[in-house]
Amino acid sequence: MKEGNDYHQELSGLLAKWKDKPGNLIMILHEIQNHYGFVPRQLSLQLSALLDVPLARIYEVLTFYNYFKLEAPGKHKISVCMGTACYLNGAPEILRELKSILGVEEGHTTKNGLFQLEVVRCLGCCGLAPVIMIDGKVYDKVKKNDIIDIISKFTRSKEPE
Amino acid sequence: MDKKYILVKDTRRAGSNQTEHFAGLLAAKIQASPAAEAVQVVRAADIGFYDQGLVLKFLPGGPVYLNVSEADLDRVVRETVVGGRVLEDLAAAGTARQLRVVLRNCGVINPENLEEYIRRDGYRALSRALFEYTPDKVIEEFKKSGLRGRGGAGYPTWLKWHLTRSVPGAEKYVICNADEGDPGAYMDRSILEGDPHSVLEGMIIAGYAIGANHGYFYIRAEYPLAIERIGKAIEQARERGLLGTGILGSDFNFEVDIRLGAGAFVCGEETALIASIEGKRGTPRPRPPYPSVSGLWGKPTSINNVETFANVPVVMTRGGDWFAGIGTEKSKGTKVFAVTGKVKNSGLVEVPMGVTLRQIVFDIGGGVRSGKKIKAVQTGGPSGGVIPEDRLDTPVDYENLQKLGSIMGSGGMIVMDEDDCMVDIAKFYLGFCVEESCGKCAPCRIGTYQLLKILERISEGEGRSEDLDRLRLIAQAMQKASLCGLGQTASNPVLSTLNYFETEYREHIQAKRCRSFKCRDLLTYSIIQSKCKRCRQCFLNCPVQAISGDREVGFYIQLDKCIKCGKCFEVCKFNAIARE
Repeated sequence: MKEGNDYHQELSGLLAKWKDKPGNLIMILHEIQNHYGFVPRQLSLQLSALLDVPLARIYEVLTFYNYFKLEAPGKHKISVCMGTACYLNGAPEILRELKSILGVEEGHTTKNGLFQLEVVRCLGCCGLAPVIMIDGKVYDKVKKNDIIDIISKFTRSKEPE
Repeated sequence: MDKKYILVKDTRRAGSNQTEHFAGLLAAKIQASPAAEAVQVVRAADIGFYDQGLVLKFLPGGPVYLNVSEADLDRVVRETVVGGRVLEDLAAAGTARQLRVVLRNCGVINPENLEEYIRRDGYRALSRALFEYTPDKVIEEFKKSGLRGRGGAGYPTWLKWHLTRSVPGAEKYVICNADEGDPGAYMDRSILEGDPHSVLEGMIIAGYAIGANHGYFYIRAEYPLAIERIGKAIEQARERGLLGTGILGSDFNFEVDIRLGAGAFVCGEETALIASIEGKRGTPRPRPPYPSVSGLWGKPTSINNVETFANVPVVMTRGGDWFAGIGTEKSKGTKVFAVTGKVKNSGLVEVPMGVTLRQIVFDIGGGVRSGKKIKAVQTGGPSGGVIPEDRLDTPVDYENLQKLGSIMGSGGMIVMDEDDCMVDIAKFYLGFCVEESCGKCAPCRIGTYQLLKILERISEGEGRSEDLDRLRLIAQAMQKASLCGLGQTASNPVLSTLNYFETEYREHIQAKRCRSFKCRDLLTYSIIQSKCKRCRQCFLNCPVQAISGDREVGFYIQLDKCIKCGKCFEVCKFNAIARE
């Protein structure tokens, strides 16, 4: 996590273009999200001070528009199917296992930013139940004990940045 | 002279793709003809037609040939390429019904090149307006043209400009509404990406007519290419003196900025859009005062749609009378539609007002893709309604569509066949509105949710006999009491499906039956023993082991275990699974 001061520098860069324009808040939030992939709370606090706008005003806007994200998107997105077929075939158990391995609740991203855990209604492959999907790839007939293996594939391989 | 292009694509579904082969042949024949230098053959990745054999598309503006055979190529080169004549027997039916006014430059010019736009009469309208017309005369010209807003409601453009002009004050604004959010609609996106200068020119002329010196493009953030192209167009125009102070040497000043939407459907509503440009939550406010009196920053503001602006330069160069010569009595000009759904040739079409829905779907769209019977056409997205098959001969204009319980809307047109369940469709649109309702006023926030709950109940087989009346009651209350257009029209999909397809609703409620097999909970699967070959496929594939039995006694579906996923129906090769 960055300290407040690091943000401060970058923020003034992003602000330069918009600071004096009327109605700039949404455009500034766009710049921030483009840069970080989400709008960090720390930054909203700073922005509030810089623009002399109450934090509540900033959050009022952030939460109204679907486009703005308050949390960093994970590098890999895991979707657990909770359709009826998957549900009956043990999807809740799979989800519990994922939660305990990753240490996050559904709809959130792990601390290291690697995984984002989502629950979806039906992936349309009931015949393969239960299924999970990671980055668009479907893993079928998943068993509780498979989870750790599947996940570790993503943690082990360090792609060159 | 501009180079001409011929796009080539083999669209046959079966067999090997012969595009390369045909393109090579055609290029060789053209090389040997007198037109060798002027024409280039291009292999297309997608040409907008499917399963129509070899397709040739002549650009700019030329015909489209379908099902061309190798033997035709000589004829094509001799007659069309060299002679410039259209071979009627090969030409795609329906292209004749289209009239390109708004899309005149799309796909013809390089949208990032100002010179190409200027070469096609670009910015001539602006210079004419600035030097030959007073602002009042410009508005007069638009009154003559009969141009109405293309965003959906069809408010006369001249009147909007006139009202904004009449309000005293030096500071006024023009806004281009490019927050196209209907599911299934992409007309505005195509115009912004394909011909950004025409929209910009329209906006500058509007600014001149109203007496505004500042314009805003409000574009949704989900359209990055449109944003980039409009940005480039603005830069280029500024460099050439088409924007800024003293435009083209006149004393008119105009500046343009871009503001981005952030994923809120309600921001297409004008007062919500203004709030969003001001950097606030995009919630609407009561009208009056209308934006023409008190709009952006409390100043008089005119908000026009992308397609409306793209029409403006044409009206100015060709005159209001010319424009008024196209279309019906009350709806002038053309309309761009995004035809999608179960139609054979889906894509953008531009037709004169007054063409019938049937002509659009069948003559231009090529009819229903599956070969099944058409059930209805949906226009206007979540604010519109369905128009049943027996009304398809209605000429398309603002009034007619409204009479049918739908709206023109921005131009989404979704074709539905017998496989589409009307309750399901209504549920889909309502789900969208529940998500997108801003929550400010109760009729919309609560109404949409309650409508959705009732529809869900009906599609799950829990419908009650009084539900239809209740749907109507809530829908009417929403129409009357909602604060903005979103809420006032959100019930249209329910009302129109209920109006034309009440029997389908009743079947869901009383007989617990969905004739389109869309509402899962109402289906029952069973095995037709006389057809069953006991191959065990259903048994092996059932995800919940709801099928029991063996090869000796046959197989049976245990209804209490069945989750109605349809897997057995899919895998059975002998049509031995009954679905009802």
